Order: sequence, then structure tokens, then C-alpha cells
Amino acid sequence: MPGITREEVAHLARLSRLELSEKELDHFATQLDDIVGAVARVGEVAAEDVPPTSHPLPLTNVMRADEVRPSLTPEQALAAAPAVEEQRFRVPQILGED
Amino acid sequence: MSTDLTRMTAAALAGAIASGEASAEEAARAHLDRIGAVDEKVHAFLHVDTEGALRAARAVDAKRAAGEKLGPLAGVPLALKDLITTEGVPTTCGSKILEGWIPPYDATVTKRLKDAGVVVLGKTNMDEFAMGSSTETSAYGPTGNPWDLTRIPGGSGGGSSASIASYQAPLAIGTDTGGSIRQPASVTGTVGVKPTYGAVSRYGLVAFSSSLDQAGPCARNVLDTALLHSVIAGHDPMDSTSIDAPVPDVVAAARQGREQGIAGMRVGVVKEFAGEGYQAGVEQRFREAVEVLRGLGAEVVEISCPHFTYALPAYYLIAPSECSSNLARFDAMRYGLRVGDDGSHSAEEVTALTREAGFGDEVKRRIMLGTYALSSGYYDAYYGQAQKVRTLITRDFDAAFAAVDVLVSPTTPTTAFPIGERVDDPMAMYLADLCTIPSNLAGNAAMSVPCGLAPEDGLPVGLQIIAPPMADDRLYRVGAAVEAALTDSWGHPILEEAPSL
Amino acid sequence: MSTATSLVSYEDALEKYDPVMGLEVHVELGTATKMFCGCTTALGGDANAQTCPVCLGLPGALPVVNAKGVEGAVRIGLALNCEIAEWCRFARKNYFYPDMPKNFQTSQYDEPIAFNGHLDVEVDGEVFRVEIERAHMEEDTGKSTHVGGATGRIQGADHSLIDYNRAGIPLIEIVTKPIVGAGARAPQVAKAYVAELRELIKALGVSEARMEMGQMRCDVNLSLRPHGREKFGTRSETKNVNSLRSVERAARSEIQRQATVLDDGGSIVQETRHFHEDTGSTTSGRIKEEAEDYRYFPEPDLVPVAPAREWVEELRAELPELPRVRRKRLQQEWGVGDHEMQSALNAGAIDLITATIDAGAPADQARKWWMGELARHANESGTELDGLAITPVQVARVSALVAEGSLNDKLARQVIEGVLAGEGGPDEVVEKRGLKVVSDEGALTAAVDDAIASNAAVAEKIRGGNMGAVGALIGGVMKATRGQADAKRVREIILEKLGVG
Ligand SMILES: [Mg+2]
Ligand SMILES: [Zn+2]
Repeated sequence: MPGITREEVAHLARLSRLELSEKELDHFATQLDDIVGAVARVGEVAAEDVPPTSHPLPLTNVMRADEVRPSLTPEQALAAAPAVEEQRFRVPQILGED
Repeated sequence: MSTDLTRMTAAALAGAIASGEASAEEAARAHLDRIGAVDEKVHAFLHVDTEGALRAARAVDAKRAAGEKLGPLAGVPLALKDLITTEGVPTTCGSKILEGWIPPYDATVTKRLKDAGVVVLGKTNMDEFAMGSSTETSAYGPTGNPWDLTRIPGGSGGGSSASIASYQAPLAIGTDTGGSIRQPASVTGTVGVKPTYGAVSRYGLVAFSSSLDQAGPCARNVLDTALLHSVIAGHDPMDSTSIDAPVPDVVAAARQGREQGIAGMRVGVVKEFAGEGYQAGVEQRFREAVEVLRGLGAEVVEISCPHFTYALPAYYLIAPSECSSNLARFDAMRYGLRVGDDGSHSAEEVTALTREAGFGDEVKRRIMLGTYALSSGYYDAYYGQAQKVRTLITRDFDAAFAAVDVLVSPTTPTTAFPIGERVDDPMAMYLADLCTIPSNLAGNAAMSVPCGLAPEDGLPVGLQIIAPPMADDRLYRVGAAVEAALTDSWGHPILEEAPSL
Repeated sequence: MSTATSLVSYEDALEKYDPVMGLEVHVELGTATKMFCGCTTALGGDANAQTCPVCLGLPGALPVVNAKGVEGAVRIGLALNCEIAEWCRFARKNYFYPDMPKNFQTSQYDEPIAFNGHLDVEVDGEVFRVEIERAHMEEDTGKSTHVGGATGRIQGADHSLIDYNRAGIPLIEIVTKPIVGAGARAPQVAKAYVAELRELIKALGVSEARMEMGQMRCDVNLSLRPHGREKFGTRSETKNVNSLRSVERAARSEIQRQATVLDDGGSIVQETRHFHEDTGSTTSGRIKEEAEDYRYFPEPDLVPVAPAREWVEELRAELPELPRVRRKRLQQEWGVGDHEMQSALNAGAIDLITATIDAGAPADQARKWWMGELARHANESGTELDGLAITPVQVARVSALVAEGSLNDKLARQVIEGVLAGEGGPDEVVEKRGLKVVSDEGALTAAVDDAIASNAAVAEKIRGGNMGAVGALIGGVMKATRGQADAKRVREIILEKLGVG
């Protein structure tokens, strides 16, 4: 298995929205490389015919009826918002597509 | 009142409140006083809800005065892990990114506790978003182990384990994704249970790894743990992964174990959990506990679960993968910390600056690791393969439980290690959960119960008991039997050997 | 990229290239509640008044699938001749965007609930089969308002405001397989497909599918390849084309634009593009330098959906008459040609005409009003026909008033105008505006006498057998009675008076 490079860590940080410092990039690159090296052991298990498990319990079809339940009030919904304007969540400029 | 209410078992305290020997308010005040006296040293709590606790206690007293029937834990104080939402009371998950967040809703666990008249004293410290085995990754500083304040109380639920070990609460709620209830119980000489996945609702449990997380009870003895288990367990339509079936009678099982023992039960010793990396004193106490089980009439056999050695790597792919997605919501838009919103940064930049400032190293490591494992091109080799290992581990358990009723192992390979020792050595830290992780991957039930002090350091050792899914009652039967036998042999509960703070 | 090159004509483009299309349509289901929580989906609510911990993505909240949403997906799948999965899962599509509360969309990935279907559409009387790749379940995002920039656009905005009422509304995404072989008719096929799909959705009753309200949104993927080449060219993805007319125009303009680029020796960039109603052309959006890595994985908070075969067959048996079959039947009943039927379909008038007939109007009258006067009004006010403030019952009433002679066509148009202006029902408008046909014989006779007296020359011509001149006299009478005379009766009186006919 290939290890993780500093460039890859920078890419992962971008994907996961972490504005890492240069120092952190170095630090995490070493650590993540170690960890990935260790967890890559899962590849040792030949498991062509083994089905993956995504849920520990074999449940299916858990659904609810289409019945309205009370919502929060707008005050409750917005209570923890860092910024509010016109009863809406105020967020910084969203980068446009063109 | 001459008896120290903080030293009573939850069962006894509930009895005293029900009979009128003590009031719930007195019980709450005694514990709040204890918190005031010792928590500066222990740092088990992130938030103490004095007013809320007293209000809840008085409501129980009023109910009693009105002649209403009280539940079996009514009026008993409890420490709630700060990962579980509480309406009107801060929930931070040990993270800066949620500092001061006051949820507008109660978790189902919180609701059930309130309905049962359990008095929530406050919110306990934890590793940030439950990622850690030492409570050191908390953004609000570490918690000390009441046995030795320079050592870790386990993690992620170190605040919960420390609070009960230091008599600040007789009961606590933990959550267990890879061992976060059992390992803290083990290193603090207390009891903790990870119920079967789906037994306790996850609604309102801030998700770390959704397919592994499970809330569970913590207490100083097995019966109290069972009483709390039966309060919080049961089907919840708000959680799609909740089991819609009756909860096994864990309280009856605990009584049965204590009174009738475990004669005829088959116990399997997991062969893979021994050897290199295991502290000598831990192995010694574990072997002795196995002999106690044999002495109680259990048939003991050695069982091999060959894929358990892949559990740790599989876990460190699955949990980070799910967490990378679960924690994406902390983006500075709707709640929590916001950094850099000065008009010069875009939403995307503000999100990245906030997450950089608001998350600690361990959280960042796991988010990036999970992002990596799910990336196209890596998914099959990492996440996909880990899910297959999960199947193999479940098959190992199935085969084992065809031969035995429960499995046993040490809960964790070592006793409490010093604060700071492994803090920047993730791989060493991860080893603390070596024995607990398989049950999270397979979803079955497991308990840690004290089995003595390691001779070399005088610190608690835990015995892990593992049962099949939905057979949580077996844990309590075996746990209560071992507890009774060991307490007899020691002449007192193990916690009485802990230094007074 | 070409700058000043003039566009290749549509005909020239098709002479050289063969268009390949892929259409992705998102339909908002008309369920009472959201896909994963119990918040209402009612339109027009106060901002952020229809949100809860689940659809706000609050820490700890968990989704539970809306059974009606699954049913809607299966019904759509069946109507599109799809196979229905025996077992499928939700998956998380991970990407950050402020209007998406969890920063992942709960969607389906490699296990859609419905797949491998087709929808037959008609273009110029010929049936064209559009193959369906899949139909899957997902959830909508919140709505952003951009503040501080020009015309509320995202570009240049100072900040944005988000209302999460729409977040979590169930969406079904329907994806076609590559549509090949449509040649010059590709844009018409695209439009006919979306129109047919909309009819189908409405017939199923799973959504009102109003494109102008965003309840149905279409992305047009299009590429060109030289005739005879098998390999597809690079495609562009034109997003959110939100009317039937725009679907056709967007496809047409992309064919011309791409042909121009290719003829110039350029190459097509894989990118998203935006369609502009005003110019009828598309402009470049985000260029996909690196393929988006959504890190899909099975949603651990939800369990698989396994539609029981018996249930699927029940739903299949309950499917309504499919729109194309129904249209064939109606066409027979109404006695109209393919072209008229197609126009009615494109105008979204079929249900309205049917309802008007059901309310008692003759087919030709119902069709005449909706496709004539009312279509003109809809066009002028930029709404859909069913968005007009008049009901089929009211149209039928107008038609009845004409049939009984109380109104003539001209007056009827005024009545309709009055109804649309909110002056009340047809009878009320007639009353208020005083629009009764003058059928009082005395008044009519007097008006005719006046007309003959002041147009002696014309009257003479008529007496002489020139019947073509009658119109002039009728016109005079109509003018004198401000249009309220019954023209048929006026003619009879004139002829009587002049002793002809
Ligand atoms: Mg989609
Ligand atoms: Zn909601």
C-alpha cells in the first residue's frame, strides 16, 4: 500500500475543510502515514466472497407514517446561529459558479 | 441524616428516597456538595446544572408526597456524558467548536432519564467527540483518575467513570464506539456496559461513528448498572437502527447472578487477547478471575477468534470514515463556533478556518483518515475491505457463541497510564481499545467489571464479559456472580481501596 | 475558446454531428412531511418555521424514512417500466454547501430503488423510446437568498441568507440512459420527454410537478459526435432548466454552441452550464477540473429498504391509466388530431380541458377556451394554465352561458377577463358588468330600424340580394348596443325587415 504524502494531506485537508498550518501538514503527514500503514492490514484478509457489513443488525424497512410532527419555532431553530438576518441564517458570501 | 448519601448504591439510595428516609433534594445536594469539594481536582464535569438538578429532585419529592409511585431510580443523581443532548443545558462534546451550544431538544436517553425521575447533575468531560481513550483530547483539559490523579481515567468517557469512582454521582451515562464505556470502567474500578447495538436509542447522541456508537450505563456495581440499563434501553421510533423488541430483564439477571451464581454456564476465554502488549498484572488478575468463574461452576474453554487481530485496523477505517461525514455538519453556518467572518472570507473559507480552530488534533487526524479511506480509488482497499473484516469478526463471534454462553478477556491491556504518555502517539493510544473493539464491530453486548488491582501498580483491572446480541442479561448474570465472589474475597467493594481525595 | 465566431446554424450542426443527450430530472414529492423527519412540506410557510433537529442537521439528530416517499418512488419506478430493487440502501453523498445542513445529501448511489425502465414519448406523431437508467430517492436542500450583489445573484453578493424549510423535502431523481438517434429532433425529444414525465407524475398523484415552482427541475447533459463515430463526445451539463420550452431551447443552443466550438477546431470542456431564459443560450459555470469526489458510502443511520414483492405488485395493479394511453382515448373522444393533442399536452391543458368537459362543457368549447383565450392570458402573465385564477367549472359555466344565448363570444371573453381579475364567478361578473346579451325584441327592433334608416344604401343592396352587406348592418346594431346584442337574432330581424331570406 502506498503511504500518505504531504501533498495528499493537503488535499485531504481541502476536501475536509481544514485550514491546516504548514507545521500541521508535516506533523499529520508523518502520523497519517503510520496509521495508514497499520490499518492497511485489512487488505491481508482475502475476502473475495465475503459480503461487507454496513449495519451491525440485519434490520430492513424501518419507516414512519407520513404524519406531520411539530417543528421547532424559528426562534429555536435560529437560537444558536452565529448570525441571523430576516429570520434566516446569515452566512458569508458563497462562492459563485461563474 | 447521618449516612453519607454519596456512598450509597443507587439501589439503596432509591430505596431510601422511596421510603422517605432521605429526600431526593438531599441526595442531589449531597452530590452537588461532593462535586463542589472534589471536582476541582478530578475535573469530571464540564457543566454542573445545580438549578436543574434541584428542580428535578424536588419534582420527585413532590411526586412522592402526592402519593405517586416512583420508578426504581427516582431521585438518584446521575452524571451525563456531554455527548448527549440536553434541552437548555450546554452540550459541547468536549470540543471548542460546540462551546456554549445549547441544544433545543433532549436526546431520547435524556428524556427517559427525566421520565424515570433520575436527577441529572451535569455533563461530564470526554475526549473530543469521543475520539480518544484517555479524555486528554477534550478541549477543556483532561480528567484525573480518582485512583491517581496523574493518570488517565480512560476515554472517551473519562468524566463519567471518574465521577462515579469519586462518589460525585452513583450513576453515569457513557457512550461506547470502540470501548469508551468499558475501558474507562476498567481503569477506574467501576462497572460499565455497552449494550447490544440498537438497544439504547442513539437519537440525541452526537454521532461519532453511527454504526458503532452505543450509549450505556455506568455505575459502581452490577445491580445499579442493570437498573440504569433498564431505564434507558428500549425501542425508539426516532432511531431507525433501534431494536423493536423487549429489553432483556437485566435486573433479574443481576439478582440471579448474585444469588444463584452461574453453575452450568459455558465461558470462553478469547485466545487472541493475551501476550505481547498485555501488562503482567492485568494478565494475572484476568487469569484469577477466570478461576473464580470456574469456581462458581462455569465450564471454561479456550476459544479462538482468528479475525479479532484485524479488528483494530478495521475499526480505524470504519470509525474515521463515518466520523469524517458525521462531523461535516460543523461548518460554522447554523450553530457553534464561527471564525473569520469579517467580510473578507467566503463561506467556504470561514468553514475551513473555523474547523481548523475548533477541532483538536485527534479529530482532525480522524477526519482526514476517514476522508482518505472513502476517496475514490481507495474505498475498496480500505473502507470496503474493513466492512468485510467486520463480517468475518461477526462470524467469529457466531462460531464462538455456538460453543459458549459468554466470552471473557481483559477489558484493556494495561492499567491507567500517566496523563501525557500517549498523547501524541496515536498508534499507542489506539491499543487501549484492542479488546473492546470487536463487540462494536459486531454489535453485540459487553461489560467491564472490576477484577482486582494489578500487583505492580495497585491500579484497577477490568474483566470484560461479552454476550451475543440481545443477550445483554447474560452479562449481568455473570458480572454479578463474579462481583459477589470477588467482593467477598476482598471483604469490601474494590473502590474502598481508592485513595480519598 | 472562440470569441467572435458566429454560431453555426442548427441545420449545419446536425448535418455534421449527432447529438447525444442525458436528462436528469428531480421531482419533489407531494408528501405531507419531509423525507426523513415530520416537518410539514406546506408551501409558503414562515422562514425556518418548518425545521427540526433532523432537517437542520443538528448534532445528535437522526433520520427516519417517510414510508410515503418510498411508495412514491416505487410508483414512479413502476410507471416508468423500471425494475424495483428487492433490497437497496441510502448512501451519503459528501460535499460541503451552506444550504445543505449535514454537508452530505442523503441519497442513493449504486443501489437505486428503481432501474432499467423506459418512457415512450411522441414527437410529430412518431413514438420515441427514452430508456431510463434509474430513479432514486434523495432530499432537497435549503434555499439561499443572496444579498448585496446585483439582482440577487450569487456572484458578487455580499452575504447570503438561508431558509431551511425546503431542506429535506423528498426528491426523486430520474436519470435517462444516453439518448441517441434522435438526430435533429433531439431538442424536441428532450422537451417531449420532460412533458410526458410531468404528465406521468401528475397522473400518479405523487407531485404537482410545477416546474415554475421548482417542484420539477431538469438538467440537460449533451454532447456531439461526428456522424458515424461510436464514442460519445465530451458533454456539458446544463443545470436547472426549469420550463418545457427552456428544455428544448437549451438543447438546441448547446448543439449549436458545441458545433461552433468543434468546427473551430476547439474541444468541449466538461463543465456545468447555466441556461438563460432571456437570451436562450447557456453560459459556462463550474469547470470540473478534478472529478468531484463525493465519497459515497452506505448511510449508517438508515437501514436498507426491501420493498416486498406483493406490495410492489399491489402498487403496480393500482397504477392509473398512463398519460399517453389516456391521451389516445381523449383524442378519440374529443375528435381532434395529433397536432391539437400535442399542443394541449405542451400547454399543460389536458387535465383542465377534461375537467371542463366533466363540468358539462362540450369538448370543442372546453378546448377552444383553454387553448385560445386562456392560453393567451397565461402567456401574457407568464404563468402556467393551471396557475390562472379560473377553474374548469367556471369555464364550463361561461360555455353554458354562451350556449343558452345569454352571452356571445365577445361578452364571454369579457366575463373571463373579469373572473381572472378576481371579480367573482362568471355569473357575478355578468351581473356586475351588466354583460347580458340584449334579447329584448323591442330594443333590438328599434336598433335595427335605426341602422336601416341611417344606412339606406346598404339596406338597398341587401334588398337587391347582396347578402354580403348584412354584416355592415349587424355591425351597426352591435355598436349601438355596445356588443350586447345577440348577433344571430339581429340578423334574423334585419332580414325580416328587409323582406329577404
Ligand atoms: Mg441528485
Ligand atoms: Zn424537520
